[in-house]
Amino acid sequence: MTEAKERQGALSWDSIPRRVVTVYVPLVLFIVVLLFPFYWMAVTTFKPNNELYNYKDFNPFWVHSPTLQNVKKLLWDTDYPQWLLTTMGIATAATAISIAASVLAAYAIQRLRFRGSNWVGLSIYLAYLVPPSILFIPLAAMVFKLGLFDSPMALILTYPTFLIPFCTWLLIGYFKSIPYELEECALIDGATRLQILRRITLPLAVPGLISAGIFAFTLSWNEFIYALAFIQSSEKKTVPVAVLTQLVQGDDYQWGALMAGALFGSIPVALLYSFFVEYYVSSLTGAVKE
Amino acid sequence: MSENAVLPGAGLASASAQAGAHPWRWSPPRDTWLIRLFDHRGFLAALCLFPAVALLLVFLTYPLGLGMWLAFTDTRIGRSGVFIGLENFESLWHDRIFWLSVTNTLLYTGVATVGKFGLGLWLALLLNDRIPFKSLIRAIVLVPWIVPTVLSAIAFWWIYDPQFSIISFMLRGAGLIDGNIDFLGTPWAARFSLIAANIWRGIPFVAISLLAGLQTISPSLYEAAMLDGATPWQRFIHVTLPMLMPVLSVVLTFSVLFTFTDFQLVYAITRGGPVNSTHLMATLAFQRGIPGGQLGEGAAIAVAMIPFLVAATLISYFGLARRKWQQGESND
Repeated sequence: MTEAKERQGALSWDSIPRRVVTVYVPLVLFIVVLLFPFYWMAVTTFKPNNELYNYKDFNPFWVHSPTLQNVKKLLWDTDYPQWLLTTMGIATAATAISIAASVLAAYAIQRLRFRGSNWVGLSIYLAYLVPPSILFIPLAAMVFKLGLFDSPMALILTYPTFLIPFCTWLLIGYFKSIPYELEECALIDGATRLQILRRITLPLAVPGLISAGIFAFTLSWNEFIYALAFIQSSEKKTVPVAVLTQLVQGDDYQWGALMAGALFGSIPVALLYSFFVEYYVSSLTGAVKE
Repeated sequence: MSENAVLPGAGLASASAQAGAHPWRWSPPRDTWLIRLFDHRGFLAALCLFPAVALLLVFLTYPLGLGMWLAFTDTRIGRSGVFIGLENFESLWHDRIFWLSVTNTLLYTGVATVGKFGLGLWLALLLNDRIPFKSLIRAIVLVPWIVPTVLSAIAFWWIYDPQFSIISFMLRGAGLIDGNIDFLGTPWAARFSLIAANIWRGIPFVAISLLAGLQTISPSLYEAAMLDGATPWQRFIHVTLPMLMPVLSVVLTFSVLFTFTDFQLVYAITRGGPVNSTHLMATLAFQRGIPGGQLGEGAAIAVAMIPFLVAATLISYFGLARRKWQQGESND
């Protein structure tokens, strides 16, 4: 067994104890540190108040008498379900707009190869480098002028500014991996370019579309600064903003309910991600390699 | 391209070959002008690009220009302003809080980037090793990056609680400290607490991207280095690092850009406090611009970030992505 292992990794002449110290211990430490805040979130969510603020009699790392009190409070005493629905609606709409626009743009840039298509591709890529932190003030001025302040439309229209560059970039990479010969065959058989896009390229690009869609959805779910700046009324806020601004009243922090809000706001994204983790990692690494 | 001109003919040829079976029933399909228009490459390209380009022009390029214009006006929320020249920048020049936010941003970006890349590279190297459950671990590692930043920031807020901080509890249990640490109560402690949270959030992205870069390095290079008697450290410095440079420079550019303009973590954990001592430029711009209503001044702070951003991007990209390294040549 050991011999086989050693032969398999001809590069590593390390002994087992040495590997434990140099590889496994640091790796376990990394995982513990990276996951600890989520564990802490979950533990706090299910702790009753007397345990929450008493580290002397109860070991803080464990829940002794789990309670749903905080969850109940979050779901019934606040607008939390409403915030979840709003966030989902906004994220879905923004994702749909962005994917539709990006798939067409990526097709035009990668497949129609018109004069200057490289420049258009590059400028769309550069658009991704413009951070929201320098755009939100002029956008706020625009949103006010257009009368969209405090309306979900403000977010649905502004989220594509960071989603489209990202998705276009991903999809250009994906289109590159689809053999062009398939389209040539269809052209020779007399198909129009629109037919080719609809019947050949799009069906083949479905995995790429899915991964771009997941990316776009999580990015808009996580978006914060626009949602904070453009939305005012409580019931129209998105989950990240609402948890931060509506659940903290004055100095009286309801840590249990706050952690429950953070936990349940993270779960939809984490679930979505866990189903598509392979797509996610491969498109992320693919995007970086481009 | 020339193939395009041939295509209608080719289409006909194949169609008539098909029609050979029933020559009496077949008539060539007549393309209406509409179909031909939609098949024209230039028109179709323009049509396909239109939605994306229009959205980006209206909601990205125009606001970028508008932001620069606003910086030279005294616009407030709900009232359009007039041109006041450099007045906003002049008042910022004498504003101690603004300069503090600039140094905070530089410190935050510098320390957090070094931390993220040091730890991220280490994690990537660990993940590149032969380990069990590799894909599961890779998935777990990405979680801090997936979850909404604000929500994990709230968890950090609770972890940094002055009274019930779990870190203080652990350190007390280990006998390292006597009283609780006031993580967010004093300026320097708060700054480093924020940097730690930022590093925590940034490690996954750096690690997974660099892992992708590591996996493209051919094992034969390491074998050759080992045969030449290179130590692990020499292999890392002379093989891994140079081969990783192209990916590293891209990831570094992104990381610097998004750390410099970070807003969420600071806004969620300290909101710039205690007493404005942890403001980054982005949070200060928000505070002055939106709740403060001074859109012009907020825009001026945001515009002041642009030179730093351009410089940081150029340095991290061109400083590292030199052709010599990209081609894997020696550096002398």
